[in-house]
Amino acid sequence: MYITVKYFGQIAELTQKEEEALEFSGHQISGLLELLYDKYNGLESKDFQIAQNQELVSNNTKITGAEIALLPPFAGG
Amino acid sequence: MKDKKVKNVFKEGAISSEFIGHSIYKHQTKTSIGAHNIFLGQVRADNIDGKVVSAIEYTAYEDMANQKFHDIREAAFEKYDLTCMHIYHSLGTVKAGEICLFVFVSSPRRKVVFEALEFIVEAIKADVPVFGKEVFEDATHQWKKNT
Repeated sequence: MYITVKYFGQIAELTQKEEEALEFSGHQISGLLELLYDKYNGLESKDFQIAQNQELVSNNTKITGAEIALLPPFAGG
Repeated sequence: MKDKKVKNVFKEGAISSEFIGHSIYKHQTKTSIGAHNIFLGQVRADNIDGKVVSAIEYTAYEDMANQKFHDIREAAFEKYDLTCMHIYHSLGTVKAGEICLFVFVSSPRRKVVFEALEFIVEAIKADVPVFGKEVFEDATHQWKKNT
């Protein structure tokens, strides 16, 4: 399936893009992360949280084919 | 007044003192209010290793952020006896000394607004996916992180 992955802040700076559609056959967030770590050098050492469908999730959350976002530390206000 | 619709909290650029003043003025018709409390977040010209922050460029995961602002708003109304509340946050470039966050709470009584405002501002800092690029005077940058 194809998943839309969004990048923000310093993560977008590293990936050089704000979003992309990725073909992914795994089931969990952790699998997607492995794919992204292979694709983007230096991503693994970055500090970020993951949202699926605009809710924060953990590495063992099941992927539902929704929108995934990589969120660096928040800096609002 | 409770509002179920998710609002857009973001404004492009700095929040002007005219806008803030006008917001206060608009509440003169709501005469059940006895106390307002206002938080203004201002971009600080931090000096980091000899370099001075000249501006912050804000970006956000806007859909999620607006939903989080909405959730914070609902939680605040649930917890405190508020007449109304307003939140505005900047996107894009805000220079040092300019306002990037405006939170405005109103209630019949004063004690409520002190507590509510702190609750809301702390929740915004912790839960809302807004990102800030601190741009230095020499055009280099670093990424801001709430502590």
